[in-house]
Amino acid sequence: MDSQPQEPATVTEPDRAPQSAAVPFQPPAARAAGPRARRAREEGTVELKKLNAFYGSNHAVKDLDLHFAADKVTAIIGPSGCGKSTMVRCINRMHEEIASARAEGEVLLDGLDLYDERIDIVAVRRAVGMVFQKPNPFPTMSVFDNVVAGLRLTGAARGEIDDRGREALVAAGLWDEVKERLRAPGVGLSGGQQQRLCIARALAVEPEVLLMDEPCSALDPVATLKIEELIGELKQRVTIVIVTHNMQQAARVADTTVFMLDGQLVEVGPTEKLFTTPDDDRTEQYVTGKFG
Amino acid sequence: MSANQHALLVDRGNLRRRNALNRLVSWSSTVAAVLAVAVLIVVVGSVLLRGLDALSWHFLTTPTALFGESGGGISNAIAGSAIIVAVGAAMAIPVGIGVAIYTTEFAPPRIANPVRFVLDVLNGVPTIITGIFVYGLIVVPQGHGSGFAGSVALAIVMLPIVARTSQEVLALVPGTLKEASAALGIAHWRTVVRVTIPTAMGGLVTGALLGVARVAGETAPLLLAAGIFEQGVKTDPSQPLASIPVFIFQQSEAPSPQAHTEAWAAALVLIAFVLLLNIVARAFYARSQRRMKG
Repeated sequence: MDSQPQEPATVTEPDRAPQSAAVPFQPPAARAAGPRARRAREEGTVELKKLNAFYGSNHAVKDLDLHFAADKVTAIIGPSGCGKSTMVRCINRMHEEIASARAEGEVLLDGLDLYDERIDIVAVRRAVGMVFQKPNPFPTMSVFDNVVAGLRLTGAARGEIDDRGREALVAAGLWDEVKERLRAPGVGLSGGQQQRLCIARALAVEPEVLLMDEPCSALDPVATLKIEELIGELKQRVTIVIVTHNMQQAARVADTTVFMLDGQLVEVGPTEKLFTTPDDDRTEQYVTGKFG
Repeated sequence: MSANQHALLVDRGNLRRRNALNRLVSWSSTVAAVLAVAVLIVVVGSVLLRGLDALSWHFLTTPTALFGESGGGISNAIAGSAIIVAVGAAMAIPVGIGVAIYTTEFAPPRIANPVRFVLDVLNGVPTIITGIFVYGLIVVPQGHGSGFAGSVALAIVMLPIVARTSQEVLALVPGTLKEASAALGIAHWRTVVRVTIPTAMGGLVTGALLGVARVAGETAPLLLAAGIFEQGVKTDPSQPLASIPVFIFQQSEAPSPQAHTEAWAAALVLIAFVLLLNIVARAFYARSQRRMKG
């Protein structure tokens, strides 16, 4: 993957014009001028069109149409099993890693359909990063090796790996805590630090979008607060979609909130409106704790 | 709580019987465990008692004496065993781990499950059969037995052990790690090489060591495949090679008390080696377990 300083063609095109079949997909981040050259934040817009997801015959996500704005944090709330995790896993095509799982419809990243047959699925994950429920640093790697794992194993230029790793640790608010023990095992950190290590690891490959699937569900309140503060800072840098079962967390971190039920979109709107004057009765019942 | 519920706490006539049954099951399983440990202690103990006398530096560093002479040792058998087992391990370990990686990481279940079954069947094949197979495959065309033929036989015995243990440990690598790697945009094969295998490394080493320990004492295939060896320390695997198990077999068949003592001493060397390998294997396994949890 080279790093030509050219604009991704898809951004300048108003519509999703058909591209020549010879052009393989490259994540926009890989084409940025350099690690610190922050792009304009109009990139990183995600749009779902008629998205359906299945596990075998189980229809988990139904006809979802959604728009995730580039510089906003969007929270997905809803009861267990409503399809919110499945939906975000469709955005980086991790859904289909599960045997018998499949998805239909379109997921547009800055207008480019990630489900197009010319798309390199592995490269999609460099443009759309992910943080999971439980911190999952690589147990055989040091703190620093964890952060740059994505860079090393995807063939980033050797010379820039150190800088980008450091920069990602700073961005994840972890640098001051770990700078003395970059060579120590990553799993030796506390749970909250491990999760921020995983965020740094995801940021290091410079994704356009960061998906967070209940990132605080395994953490204590103090560590949770740190991650929430971090989310507020990171939205300048990446589009954030966060799945949470914690409504207070959605209220604290999200600009926009999406409420899902039974695989369907019930309501989407500015977080404050959704929690105070929702349009849909089911939303009101859920946010007031009548079910879920 | 009502009076009725308290009534349930009182003996209803079968309490003694239930307590007795409880003791019976507990005792009989304890006896089974003691028996298993006792067998090991008796075997190691008797080998130690009878073999220790003949064991000496001279015994370890001198080749086997000519038939009818006394004062020989097992240096040729140690060298032969080391070469045969090492060459066999070099064949079986890469293939075994490769099979395990294929079945756990790449093969669809409809292929992986039959492969697992085949390995289990191979593991159950009597080693004398393996010996005959190699005899027909290599020894007959070559015209004589050889260390290499012995290695092939041991590799066949070892392969399913290494493959099955490796499968178990690779399957233990948390899916969350593979998921984390995939989500970073790392290709699947790279994830396998740089994340999955390093995480499982302790367990893979364990599987390899257990395989070596298992075949180090194999006698039947070597009797058939490794050939009738000459005097002195030989190291060319294309020629017949001595080995510790075959030495034990031959000395125990010989009509002399001195030969019997030498067989016991060689058995002691073999058991010590196998015990040591098992202990090292356990250490690697423990290390691997810690990583999996992390």
